[in-house]
Amino acid sequence: MLGKPSRTGRALQYLALAAYLVFLGFPLVWLLSTAFKPPRELVQLHPALIPSNPTFQNFVQAFTEQELGRAAWNSLQVSLASAVLTVLVAMPASYALARFKSKLGTVALGWVLLSQLFPFVLLIIPIFLVLRQAGLANSHAGLILIYVVWALPFALWMLQGFVRNIPRELEEAASVDGASRLQTLRRVVFPLLAPGLVATALFSFISAWNEFFFALVLIKTPELQTLPVALARFVGIEGTARLGPLAAGSLLATLPSLVFFAFMQRRLSSGSLAGAVKG
Amino acid sequence: MLPIRFRRLAAAAAVAVVGVGALAACGSGGDDEASSGPVKLRFLSLAWQKESLQANKDLVAKWNSEHPDIQVEYVQGDWNSVHDQLLTSFEGGDAPDIVHYEASSIGEFSKQGYLADLKDLIPADLKGQIDQGVWDTTTFDGQVTGVPFLLESQVVIANKKLLDAAGVTVPAADAGWTWDEFQANAQKLTKSGQYGVAWALKSPTNRVLNLALNYDGKFFYTDGGKTEVKIGDAEKEIPKRIHDMLYTSKTASPEALGMSGADTLPGFFAGKYAMLPGSVSLRQQMVEQAPKDFEWVTLPPVKGLSANQAANPQTLSISADSKHKEQAAQFLSFFLNPTNMATLAKGDWLVPTGKQANEELVKLTEGKQGWDVAANSAADLTVAPFQQADGYPEWKTKYATPALQQYFANKITLDQLAAQLVDGGKQVLR
Repeated sequence: MLGKPSRTGRALQYLALAAYLVFLGFPLVWLLSTAFKPPRELVQLHPALIPSNPTFQNFVQAFTEQELGRAAWNSLQVSLASAVLTVLVAMPASYALARFKSKLGTVALGWVLLSQLFPFVLLIIPIFLVLRQAGLANSHAGLILIYVVWALPFALWMLQGFVRNIPRELEEAASVDGASRLQTLRRVVFPLLAPGLVATALFSFISAWNEFFFALVLIKTPELQTLPVALARFVGIEGTARLGPLAAGSLLATLPSLVFFAFMQRRLSSGSLAGAVKG
Repeated sequence: MLPIRFRRLAAAAAVAVVGVGALAACGSGGDDEASSGPVKLRFLSLAWQKESLQANKDLVAKWNSEHPDIQVEYVQGDWNSVHDQLLTSFEGGDAPDIVHYEASSIGEFSKQGYLADLKDLIPADLKGQIDQGVWDTTTFDGQVTGVPFLLESQVVIANKKLLDAAGVTVPAADAGWTWDEFQANAQKLTKSGQYGVAWALKSPTNRVLNLALNYDGKFFYTDGGKTEVKIGDAEKEIPKRIHDMLYTSKTASPEALGMSGADTLPGFFAGKYAMLPGSVSLRQQMVEQAPKDFEWVTLPPVKGLSANQAANPQTLSISADSKHKEQAAQFLSFFLNPTNMATLAKGDWLVPTGKQANEELVKLTEGKQGWDVAANSAADLTVAPFQQADGYPEWKTKYATPALQQYFANKITLDQLAAQLVDGGKQVLR
């Protein structure tokens, strides 16, 4: 049995945790600081964390020049729809893959894995041509379709792991109590699968929110473009960037992901299964 | 029963799917235009600086208001991904009508037939405004596939107070220093805690090959249809001089080697470096970011046997697939008339290719903030062999950049550098 950690041990644990938090949080803090710095403070030899003359000018420039608000709204719609559709498709598929053992399931999982091996650049032109043929190029619907397809392999792998962790005994118990398979799924499996569904939704949302290249290639109309494409315009030739507006725009771009994560993370706790089949 | 929260989530999801589907349906398509309506042109622009962006948008708005029958849609791209964006668009048959890019990159698209030959589309007065040497940069297999309109020359930005303190006189706009004078003055400007020069050589290849023309260093030689890389004394001169400044006279800061041009600014403003060799567009950062009491000056390009540099102008092209090439050419004639070209150049802090535009710009700015130097440098910009070499991008990335970085880091000798560059050429130009 493990004993209670000593005071020194506990202090060291907190110290390590604090260091880890600083490591994770520093880029975001630096982004925050840069977003409020006027141009002259961006090129100081010894840059300060807190701006001497904080300004909103970077935010004004970012929004007036690139219509970031509209781009963010486009990104939000596309990302939410991608997350929802990915979950809706992955949920039954992963259940089937996890519960019904067959050669087809093994082949399907192998194919899912194999599909990840195709280089990105190899696919982009054929995808573009197919979507154009289907009238889906230059539309959010086409972009959502690509994002769902892109996220599904990982979502399937992840979600079927969650399904496997739900004890079969729970489903059998429900069946003994007279529940039909559909009722068992609705009332027993899906609620227990909630952390997995949330994780899948988060993964799909963040992938779609950050995705740049498909959005760049597929969307031609400025009014339909997404946030990563709009933000890239603050970077010029050979990586020279307009740091102030870029930081301001990037800061705003991180907020929805943070909010979405904060909203969903409570559902990630998977303690609901503890003790379910004891005794 | 499903938990209430879960049901709400599912309901929200369904609403989102339906809503987005509807919105997507609203936003999709729209490529087709009514046959009776105005001609619609898509213009992919890479302007990204604040002033330049505004100038571009203003000119497009002006055109649209004056030409209700030819409407131009302004689409903004970005420099880092434009190649892939264009390649996909060309392959997919959905390219913009008018494309903004650069001379060294449009050759590939020209040879694949994606860009229209502009020889018979652009008016004589626009042709006459631009030197033939600059037109040569956008001429591929006899076809002119881009109108060169903005040039970027290499000048030297200097800290005026440090020059004065060291007794170094600022040369006139048309009387730049020779390399010997530049190196001697760098020596005068070097003292404890201060270097005469900061060579920002994070991406050294373009810089070295551009400046190599000072000594007639061509690097790429074509004979009987076969191109190869050759390194003689002319090609070695610029790398050797920079290396000497770093390790013999120690007048150049070694820490700047891994930096891009903008990375050197904090040290420059703090007085660590007295001179920054770099693009004329660096002047914009001076204006926007230099401390209020900081005095800077633009020195003319440094001369070797000549002040020649490679010209890699920004270009405007018309897609070969465009259904409205003539209208697109009309727009280009308007967009690049002398006054508009001067406005665009001012917005990007670059040099206009048009002679009249250049004159107008100097007049407009009174030659201040280095515009006199920038205007004068245009005469020395010409096509370089590497710009026409098919394998140059691969040679640059795989061989030249790593080899030059090693040489400037003092890890290999000049002869080893030459051998690596030649070997790389053999691999790429087979």
